Amino acid sequence: MDSWRSAPWVFWAFLLPGGLWLLLFFLVPLAMVWVLAFGERAGPVEIVITWTLDNYRQALEPIYLGLFWKSFWIAALATAICLVISFPVALAVSFAPARAKPLLLMLVILPFWTNLLIRTYAMIAVLRTKGYLNFGLEYLWTGAKALLTPIGLGELLGERFVPLSLLYNNTAVVFGIVYVYLPFMVLPLYATLERLDRSLIEASLDLGASQARTFRSVIVPLAWPGIVSGIILVFIPALGTFLISDLLGGPDSQLIGNVIERQFKAANNIPLGSALSFLLLYMTFLALALRAWLAGRRGYRG
Amino acid sequence: MAERRGAPGPLEYTRRFWVRAWLAATFLFLYAPIVILVVFSFNDSRRNIVWRGFTTKYYAKAMANDSLIEAFTNSLVVAFLSTLVSTVLGTLLALALWRFRFPGKPVVEGANALPIVIPEICMGVSLLVFFSSIGLMSGIPWPASLTPIVIGHIAFSFPFVAVVVRARLEGFDRSLEEASKDLGASEWQTLRYVMIPFLKPGIVAGALLAMTLSLDDFVITFFTSGPETITFPIKIYSMVRFGATPEVNAASTVLIAITLLLTVIAMRMQAPVRGEGKE
Repeated sequence: MDSWRSAPWVFWAFLLPGGLWLLLFFLVPLAMVWVLAFGERAGPVEIVITWTLDNYRQALEPIYLGLFWKSFWIAALATAICLVISFPVALAVSFAPARAKPLLLMLVILPFWTNLLIRTYAMIAVLRTKGYLNFGLEYLWTGAKALLTPIGLGELLGERFVPLSLLYNNTAVVFGIVYVYLPFMVLPLYATLERLDRSLIEASLDLGASQARTFRSVIVPLAWPGIVSGIILVFIPALGTFLISDLLGGPDSQLIGNVIERQFKAANNIPLGSALSFLLLYMTFLALALRAWLAGRRGYRG
Repeated sequence: MAERRGAPGPLEYTRRFWVRAWLAATFLFLYAPIVILVVFSFNDSRRNIVWRGFTTKYYAKAMANDSLIEAFTNSLVVAFLSTLVSTVLGTLLALALWRFRFPGKPVVEGANALPIVIPEICMGVSLLVFFSSIGLMSGIPWPASLTPIVIGHIAFSFPFVAVVVRARLEGFDRSLEEASKDLGASEWQTLRYVMIPFLKPGIVAGALLAMTLSLDDFVITFFTSGPETITFPIKIYSMVRFGATPEVNAASTVLIAITLLLTVIAMRMQAPVRGEGKE
């Protein structure tokens, strides 16, 4: 590596465009929000920076704290479901024959290339009361009814098919998050499973460990960096989501992202919105610090 | 691995029945909603639940919807500009971080990683605050009204490009660069004839990623578009809030098709180079 003094002109030509862009259009805006969190509203659009802590005090009131807590749990639940679904998928892709691998990988990545809004919209058609999931369930119900009625058990299923209300509640939000962010979990898992030394798995099996034991004691510890990366990649966007909870959630599915959005767009309480944004940001940093700690503890780096 | 009949070997997880079933179920979960969306954009019924016959009338309707077309054009313009600038900025920054030692380097590296990791909504609101404070959010005539969106998209895309290009640079043999300079090539010639050809797969991959991120984005666009600016996600969002209609399906299908097409083209461009660069 050269010292920047060896070719200062080249150095500045390489560094300045990106560096300035980051400074001007990322760090400065973020700093503005940080400062605004210490402001007070002095008119419909005017904000005076008084370095008050009232916004943070308000943001830490039970109502908002509860929202943070709820967002945390919904994100954590969705992340856990993603992990459970993704592990066998990543394992299957990384142990697939060489010629099937690119196709399988492609199939995992492809949905990620579809607009977030379109994928969330597609979910609405599946989940709503007259949606495809209820349609399928009704079909099964009718079949079961036809089977059970002759043996006198038809009454068990009730008079008519009652569609499940799948949309506009918290379950739909979790479902939507899992649907949208699943590829983010599969890819890092695949990346670590692909690189791991297979002879270790063979050794474990040869020495008499069962597949389950090998999975628990060999594969999972070796895939640890990928697991941690996947959790972070799903958890952080899930924590700050507002589109999914907005379109799929019900009146009680407001997450912290929705509240922040409202402060900036409709309610126009920018100082409170800024304080909430920074609390969300601090939660993110906490999650990242936790990841660094977890990755370090296992002696691996993702 | 040769295809073998009989019981799957201990490591042939992909040949186990339950793993296959799991894989199939996951792909069904991932694709069924999108496939349904596409199929029902051709359905001759306003309530898109029962198949009533093939029609393309919702495409005609979407085409006749001027604001939808305007939104579409805007999104493509934003994606194009953002990809172009992000690719250049990201590649240059990757070169700077790879080649030079300088005070404050960890700060630059950290600042480059931040847009990748922080929640999009935090970045969205900060850009909204920033652009409204400099008066760029409203009252600006069209193409210029797209400026905040383009700037925002570049800000979250080019760090990804930098990461991808830097990964490619890790495999670069510096003696090639030295040889070029020893033979009298200038910095520019070395960049143009040695570095860029080597980096091409990384640059193409980065550009593809930047384009995808831009076409994929909802959150940043939502916060950086002024009241008079309509882009595709904003338009669809307001249509969805009014209720799901087959026009939304048709418009979404077109966007999916465009994204797929661009991806396939980019992969074609990348494929031969990737084979040649294989170590």
